[in-house]
Amino acid sequence: MTKTSQPKSNASETENSNDLTVTGADAVLRVLEDLNVEVIFGYPGGAVLPIYDALFKRNSIRHILVRHEQAAVHAAEGYARSTGKVGVVLVTSGPGATNAVTGLTDALMDSIPILCITGQVPTHLIGNDAFQEADTVGITRPCTKHNYLVKQAENLVPVLYEAFHVASSGRPGPVVVDLPKDIQFAPIDMGQVEPAKSKAVVRYRPVMIPDADAISQAADMIVSASRPIIYGGGGIINSGDEASEHLRELVALTGFPTTLTLMGLGVLPSEDKHFLGMLGMHGTYEANMSMYHCDVMLNVGARFDDRVTGLTSGFSPNSQKIHIDIDKSSINKNIRVDLGIVGDAGIALKMLVDEVKKRKAAIKKDALSEWWKKIEEWRAVRCLDYNQKGDIIKPQYAIHRLWQKCKGDDVYVTTEVGQHQMWAAQYFGFNAPKRWMTSGGLGTMGYGLPAAMGVQIGNPGKTVIDIAGEASFMMNMQELSTIAQYQLPVKIYIINNEWMGMVRQWQELIHGGRYSESYSASLPDFQKLADCFGMKGLVAKVTDDLDPVIDEMLGTDGPVLVDVRVAKEENCFPMIPSGATHNQMLLGPNDKAAKPVSEEGMVLV
Amino acid sequence: MSQHLNSDEVRHTLSILVDNEPGVLARVIGLFSGRGYNIESLTVAGVDEANNLSRISIVTRGTPMVIEQVKAQLDRIVPVHMVRDLTQQGLHIERELALIKVVNKGESRIEALRIADTFRANTLDSTLESFVFEVTGSSSKISAFVELMRSLGHVEVSRTGVSAISRGLNVDMPIRTQNETQE
Repeated sequence: MTKTSQPKSNASETENSNDLTVTGADAVLRVLEDLNVEVIFGYPGGAVLPIYDALFKRNSIRHILVRHEQAAVHAAEGYARSTGKVGVVLVTSGPGATNAVTGLTDALMDSIPILCITGQVPTHLIGNDAFQEADTVGITRPCTKHNYLVKQAENLVPVLYEAFHVASSGRPGPVVVDLPKDIQFAPIDMGQVEPAKSKAVVRYRPVMIPDADAISQAADMIVSASRPIIYGGGGIINSGDEASEHLRELVALTGFPTTLTLMGLGVLPSEDKHFLGMLGMHGTYEANMSMYHCDVMLNVGARFDDRVTGLTSGFSPNSQKIHIDIDKSSINKNIRVDLGIVGDAGIALKMLVDEVKKRKAAIKKDALSEWWKKIEEWRAVRCLDYNQKGDIIKPQYAIHRLWQKCKGDDVYVTTEVGQHQMWAAQYFGFNAPKRWMTSGGLGTMGYGLPAAMGVQIGNPGKTVIDIAGEASFMMNMQELSTIAQYQLPVKIYIINNEWMGMVRQWQELIHGGRYSESYSASLPDFQKLADCFGMKGLVAKVTDDLDPVIDEMLGTDGPVLVDVRVAKEENCFPMIPSGATHNQMLLGPNDKAAKPVSEEGMVLV
Repeated sequence: MSQHLNSDEVRHTLSILVDNEPGVLARVIGLFSGRGYNIESLTVAGVDEANNLSRISIVTRGTPMVIEQVKAQLDRIVPVHMVRDLTQQGLHIERELALIKVVNKGESRIEALRIADTFRANTLDSTLESFVFEVTGSSSKISAFVELMRSLGHVEVSRTGVSAISRGLNVDMPIRTQNETQE
């Protein structure tokens, strides 16, 4: 069909200033270097050998070899979320690409900028069921922000620049570039770089600057509130550190109570007196009650996810809602809002702060004072209190104590998925954005360990802790080998209750205690496992073990695996049962739901 | 493809200007199927060869909130340049073309010809026992014609689906000279 382009001998070395023709593989690396990419997370294979060869020869970009392609994408996510840069992934065709799908879907749900280059069989073999061939573009179409198949060599460079731009602009997300092997060998004229760069930003131009009149209107609504609440989400973090600063300015200026989503933790320091805690299914009592009873709600960079809203028909029923989001399709998707504003969170917040400053005198101080009194009553319920007595370590205590010991240090935390994730969100305080990496939208077990690797790579010298459940940890534990190879001093803190905690909790509360397939059987001895990979392994079995173990973990210079044996059947509270509303929270094991979970509720995850 | 609307559902006709690149139709259809939106009719063809653009006409139905979602989701797709809601914009024209083969003899055959004449259909093919008619018009006119033909003989139908354009002098999706950038 098409002629495969044969490289001249030493094509990648044919570089003189007049005629810069390189192979496709070489061009890929040159483009990445031009984009200031410092790390690639990947795994080789037949269809990407040319790129790996060029990587070896150029020796310019650091490559982290993972042990499973899914981990490459999660590592890139951790890197991206903790540094604000685009995470770059390189995997081979067929199984390499399909293994990456979970990670890509995760990045799409949580809006993480990822550029994933997948190898592909040569163009003339596409569609022939060739060895290690998969319809990568077809498979990843619904799970990426955008994807490309480069079928002509002259498109390679422009596609890469556009792909990077799409991944990192507007609402960030994963972009896949599928590169057939013959394109990787084809000669590419690097003279086209400059035109490619300017063309890259033409097609995709998201709205960044919000409408000034709408901001004005929002400011009017905000100062007219008697029971206001600010609801911030991951979009503030994606916008950049300045957005968090502006949000803090707004909170300080207005004195309004503020809650954050799982993805937004860290935007406001956790110990700020205005912070109500996380809201939603496992949010704090005061955050949820405030959301339910407020009269004006300002949403910045959050998407009214169903974990946050509970039953949508009963969500914040009497409030006027303002929604600032960079993605127009997020506005009025689940919850009808009164004022939708499309724009970048940071720019919008800065404009809003300026407008609110002009109206500061109009803020209803007395009403606000009354509102705070009500909130203090809800706070007094102390919904996160737990009772740590005796030898058995409570999981809440294990995490809370870890946080207390980390206070004052600039610590980065990743989690897996489940009860420990919710407890980490509740008990571990964050004072800055980009310190908390968790799989929110997709809820991928096995995210935390590879993500922690990516965070450590992006933030050398910092303390990185993966708070894990033992079941989640098992999903990507092969990455212990990656950690050992690069001697990444990641601290893996396993909250080991021998159950898939969250599944067990739901089975207890909704499925009559029928614990179907939720027990973690045949767990390894984690200390021995650590030893197998040449790293330190610690175990805490009783309460008295905990402090010295945490101290040793934090004080060790290399990777550490910690097995914290906790109480086996703790449930995570508060909890809004599925199908219920914010004012129907269960606060403890003795709380019975007002009514049993309805059929509609049971159907919801 | 039922014509029945639930009480709060509306039927909207959308025009979408897209880059004519491989997979762009799959993206649009994937969006509709992935999010459970309805496609009542879909047509696509190149409209601007120099700038490599195609125009997709989609008829969809849903609640007003869903229709707004559909448009916002379509707008997000990278190769989509423009989404226009012709129903919302006001007066517009919707037309469909159908090729209908009718096999009959005698009186039915004469009647079929007479009816074709009333519908201003063209006869594109003829044997002693069959015709192929070409009919253009609104979807309801086409459906009416097909129904009439069905009562007169054996019928085979091929329909194009709705193509639409706004009335008046407003040019939403102009055909530009090559390389002139879109808005």
